[in-house]
Amino acid sequence: MALSSLDLYNVEELYSEDERLVRDTVRAWVNERVMPHIEEWAWEGHFPRELIPEMAELALFGSTFTEYGLPGLSHVAYGLVMQELERGDSGLRSFVSVQSALVMYPIMTWGSQEQKDRFIPRLARGELIGCFGLTEPDFGSNPGGMRTRARRHGDRWVLNGAKAWITNGSIADLATVWAKDDEGTIRGFLVERGTPGFSTVEHKGKYSLRASVTSQLIFEDVEVPEANRLPLAAGLKCPLSCLTQARYGISWGALGSALATFHATLDYTKSRLQFGERPIACHQLVQERLVWMANEITKGQLMVWRLGRLKDAGRATFVQVSQAKRNSCWVARECARLARELHGANGVVNEYPIMRHLMNIESVYTYEGTHDMHTLILGEHLTGFPAFMPPRNEG
Amino acid sequence: MKYCVLVAYVPDTASIIKIGGAGNRIDEGGIKWIISPYDEFALEEAIRLKEARGGEVTVITYGPDRGSTGLRECLARGADRAVHVMGGEATFGDAFAIARVLAAAVQKAGPFDLILCGIKGVGSDQSLVGAMVAELLDVPHVSGVVKLEVGEGSLTAQRDVEGGTEVFTAPLPCLVAAHKGLNEPRYPSLKGIMAAKKIPIETWKPADLGLDEAALGGAEATSRWLKLELPAAKAGGTILNGEEDPAGAARELARLLRHEAKAI
Repeated sequence: MALSSLDLYNVEELYSEDERLVRDTVRAWVNERVMPHIEEWAWEGHFPRELIPEMAELALFGSTFTEYGLPGLSHVAYGLVMQELERGDSGLRSFVSVQSALVMYPIMTWGSQEQKDRFIPRLARGELIGCFGLTEPDFGSNPGGMRTRARRHGDRWVLNGAKAWITNGSIADLATVWAKDDEGTIRGFLVERGTPGFSTVEHKGKYSLRASVTSQLIFEDVEVPEANRLPLAAGLKCPLSCLTQARYGISWGALGSALATFHATLDYTKSRLQFGERPIACHQLVQERLVWMANEITKGQLMVWRLGRLKDAGRATFVQVSQAKRNSCWVARECARLARELHGANGVVNEYPIMRHLMNIESVYTYEGTHDMHTLILGEHLTGFPAFMPPRNEG
Repeated sequence: MKYCVLVAYVPDTASIIKIGGAGNRIDEGGIKWIISPYDEFALEEAIRLKEARGGEVTVITYGPDRGSTGLRECLARGADRAVHVMGGEATFGDAFAIARVLAAAVQKAGPFDLILCGIKGVGSDQSLVGAMVAELLDVPHVSGVVKLEVGEGSLTAQRDVEGGTEVFTAPLPCLVAAHKGLNEPRYPSLKGIMAAKKIPIETWKPADLGLDEAALGGAEATSRWLKLELPAAKAGGTILNGEEDPAGAARELARLLRHEAKAI
């Protein structure tokens, strides 16, 4: 697959030599190790756990950190990693996002030295798989309403409640769990697999992210030592700032999905012959769709590149991240839909990557803040009026 | 042990080749450049030897500016030192001129116990440079190696030949030209890429090696590329639709094989 055909604005020149090398490395790995099998994995609902050691060898986990011998990538390079992984499959990218942004990041940010020493090297080596428990069955867009409780008993905490839609849940060795204490403050806990009362149930019947594990986490009088509480984490802003990290990666990753569906479609429409043995790419209506895809992808690439540079300078805001996540997921979703149309009936079979990406992107469009929630975040930023809560009848 | 790996930075083997300019060079516009896949085997072998026995791996390339990107990738995979001999325009495609430059660079950067390269760059596919460098350095060489064992002061190398295997022993220093099958090259790790940024690439010119590149490409040139031609376009195949009349399609296939393809 030639990717050079989509660099209408010489975006390539915006990346440094090492950023390009990082991208090309992950691209080559995805092409060789993921692409030949991904349709089968998705079809069978198989998470390719066997790839974890290779991903660790490449140093894909926690790659923006410099401590513990981690690579210390720029955020642009990290974004390119996400792009290439999701060009393969959104489920694969989700795995790396969770491990890096939702498990290693909170430990590095609010964890004790002991917690870092104990968990970060093993998470980086892929010996431990992490998950992130914030969303609950009844609290998705409004995580502050969570019902999971943590009650302190001396040097232990007792957790009760349930989390839902948790990527990696059933395979995780370590869950970052957010729960309210008796004062109503949200606190973070590192719950280890095998802790009595902690169980997981896999969400079955997913049409999306089939090569990724999604589960419920159930806590029934789960005793967690104070040593496993993130000492510096207090308040909803902590899990939300984890999500800002993950959403940043998604803003790049979703463009990887868009690149995949666009390039598949460009190839297909140039080789599919109809009406007098001419490629369907000859048709104006087909070209219009290809141009739409290329145009939006280019704009998206420029947006996430700029966001990455701001993030490297420590100046990116959560509003900017919301805007980029919202835009990239929308572009990817539209690209997948147009790609499906242009592939005709071939767009629904797994000989082509289209339907898999189309179904995957529905999850990515929704998780880590739905499109609509990001619209409201931007809306509040522009107008000063938060519109998250519907108006109540005060009479 | 000191290892030296000679690498060529060449068009990606998946590139769509167009003929450019004066008709004797490819159009380099839009080409993605890669370390020659055979040189990757050489580099991987050197890095494995270093990891197993200690030592240092130096990579050397001769070519224009872009070659440094290839060297950076070699450093990311585990090479310790990189030398870029800048140039190559005047000597383009002349294996002997390239070998003279590389041999001089090896001498200046060395001494080395083992020099490795790919059996060929995938640029002009002449498979000459490795053997020429060895001759210029007056060291033995084994070309097309698929298995290598390095002992104290000597090596044992295997090469595949029609229907069998040849086993060579040679004293060190020696040059080994790697073939596909020697090993499975690793990906550079992201950590390696970031660590490689901190290693300066030594940049030399042919003049620093006592060579006059203009003369190498002029009076002393041994070969020149005169003309490139693309292979003739393949004609489209013939598809027989056998769904409605399989017997008729089979008769037609037999007729075509007998009279058109003359295969039966």
